[in-house]
Amino acid sequence: MSETAEHTGHHIDVKEFHPRAQAAIHDPKIRKNFRSAMDGLMSKRKTAFEGWDLETLRDLGANVRLRALANLPDLLEQLEKKLIENGIRVHWAVDGDEACRIVRDICKARDAKTVIKGKSMVSEEMELNHYLEEQGIEALESDLGEYIVQLADETPSHIIMPAIHKNTGEISQLLHEKTGTDLSNDVEYLTASARLQLREKFMNADVGVSGVNFAVAETGTLCLVENEGNGRMTTTVPKCHIAVTGIEKVVPSMEDVSALLALLTRSATGQHITTYFNMISGPRKAEELDGPEEVHLVLVDNGRSSIYQDDELLDTLRCIRCGACMNHCPVYTRVGGHAYGTTYPGPIGKILMPHLIGLDEGRHLPSASSLCGACGEVCPVKIPIPDLLVRLRQESVDGDKLHPAKVRGHGAKRSSMEAMIWKGWAWMHASPGIYRFGTGAASKFRALQPSKAGAWTDYRTPPKLAAKTLHQRMKERGQ
Amino acid sequence: MSSRETILQRLRNRTGGELTVPECDFSVLVRDDWSTKERIERFEKMIESVHGEVHHCTEDMWMERLAEVLNTRGARNLLIPKQHEIGQSLRTAGRNDLPELLIYDEPIESWQSHLFNEVDASITSTRGGIAETGSLILWPNEDEPRLMSLVPPVHIAVLRAAELYTTFHEAMKAQNWAAGMPTNALLISGPSKTADIEQTLAYGVHGPKELIVLIIE
Ligand code: SF4
Repeated sequence: MSETAEHTGHHIDVKEFHPRAQAAIHDPKIRKNFRSAMDGLMSKRKTAFEGWDLETLRDLGANVRLRALANLPDLLEQLEKKLIENGIRVHWAVDGDEACRIVRDICKARDAKTVIKGKSMVSEEMELNHYLEEQGIEALESDLGEYIVQLADETPSHIIMPAIHKNTGEISQLLHEKTGTDLSNDVEYLTASARLQLREKFMNADVGVSGVNFAVAETGTLCLVENEGNGRMTTTVPKCHIAVTGIEKVVPSMEDVSALLALLTRSATGQHITTYFNMISGPRKAEELDGPEEVHLVLVDNGRSSIYQDDELLDTLRCIRCGACMNHCPVYTRVGGHAYGTTYPGPIGKILMPHLIGLDEGRHLPSASSLCGACGEVCPVKIPIPDLLVRLRQESVDGDKLHPAKVRGHGAKRSSMEAMIWKGWAWMHASPGIYRFGTGAASKFRALQPSKAGAWTDYRTPPKLAAKTLHQRMKERGQ
Repeated sequence: MSSRETILQRLRNRTGGELTVPECDFSVLVRDDWSTKERIERFEKMIESVHGEVHHCTEDMWMERLAEVLNTRGARNLLIPKQHEIGQSLRTAGRNDLPELLIYDEPIESWQSHLFNEVDASITSTRGGIAETGSLILWPNEDEPRLMSLVPPVHIAVLRAAELYTTFHEAMKAQNWAAGMPTNALLISGPSKTADIEQTLAYGVHGPKELIVLIIE
């Protein structure tokens, strides 16, 4: 088979953001599920940081991430060296397709038929499950939320709580249809059933695939944060463990991890810490009685090294994937994660996805924001998300041929009509005489103002021009 | 050119030029010295807030407490370490109020389904705890393998009060983790749980349903 064959993705059309957002806004179930979950998460986060000097802690988080990014190539090499010393094999992938092929090759070499997966957003980004399935390898999600989403043949609607868009009744129905459990609204029962089903799978899986929250260069350690224990199962029970991660996840030392961990879990779910913090530094040693015989790390670039080129966009790579920005986003809270149609929804998705899929496909993402600034205020590593949104908006309408913008697909949203109007606007504001004439004329003929102004007036009353311009009034007051 | 070189070269030849390395001041993570008593109180509060259980014990009576804990749960057996003094003393105690004692002394492959289906509880040592977050530090090894604290539905951990650190930052510094890590190290802060079904908490989703800490003071 051809090595360049792209696997058929299960992409939703990202461009269809508006109709999906519309539909979500009119869906009371979506509104309620997200609203109540996000309200709860916001207040839990606040409580969890009580007694902490949060601003100083966030400064530290930002600096720790910036320091790691400043030394990124060196750290990656150090990490690789240390991991190899520890007996972990390291692979590099320029994009998601290459990463998928690496995972496939490891599986094929072991003659693996079944893969059990811990939560990994990078593997969602790679669309690994569908790829493996096409290769005849079963890939089963084991995080309860991911398991539910996979049974429903959907994608996660939140990076931390993948099945937040579903309520108990729907999940019960789904588990009943797909796995034969009884219909029940008893969450204990549903959870216990999933435990039984998945324990079988853990015991029989040939390979475990997980993500990584932090990769520590100094000690060659892969850190995973989780509550359920499925991550530990995935990385311990099967004979082979493959971790996949973005190249930006590396940090110099465990000390850096202590700062980021303090921020991550509190920002994400308002927990002081998750149930398990799993630190893996090697495969099973000869004398050990459990653990995988083989551990692999796949370092995935997939657009990250392009983001890395630009001083401003680089801040995107600080992200520790806590999801706080989406929990606090007034747009996300109302439309939910699926409306975006991207692997990462919400504010982080809006600043990250344009790099992964290009601004042509992701043209609506940077504009799907009121720029209220909540995301930037809660981000534990102080990513200036609103500034990045403005930058991407500029790039999406970029028309500068001499100094073209940097993000792939820039200028895709440019309309010559709009560009002309703004040019006229700038020209008028730069010439006082014309400005006075223009505003005076607009006031005089204000009766002719159309009552509709495109999408703006769909939900708003149109602004009315005043009878007199500000300049005229000031003159009348003799000032 | 290999993908590795492509990626590293792109990162090295950054168009934006050299990046400045900021100072990182970790002092915000350092908590005022809590007394042992305060540490124990905080630890207990945190573990209980996540559905864990804490029992205050002494060197003399922890086995008695352990027996109570196991009997109230009707545990048929208990998985214990072979070498560690916890296991040694349990085996030599000759108590008749303890359930059958099991030892993890064979590779998992030879008894996986037994471990998954038949073992009711396990007891492990810890390398200390963290008061601020209510966490136990475990470094599994051949005597106390990784799955011991994960597969049985009840996990009992023995923590010495003197080894209770204030923060994770303090613990890793004091134990000099930078010098090298074991193949697997863990912080465990409660029983396994999920909130993935409509934000309702459920325990024991993949790991233990119960975490019981015996603090030896
Ligand atoms: S951008 Fe900031 S708030 Fe959003 S997920 Fe990343 S780290 Fe969290």
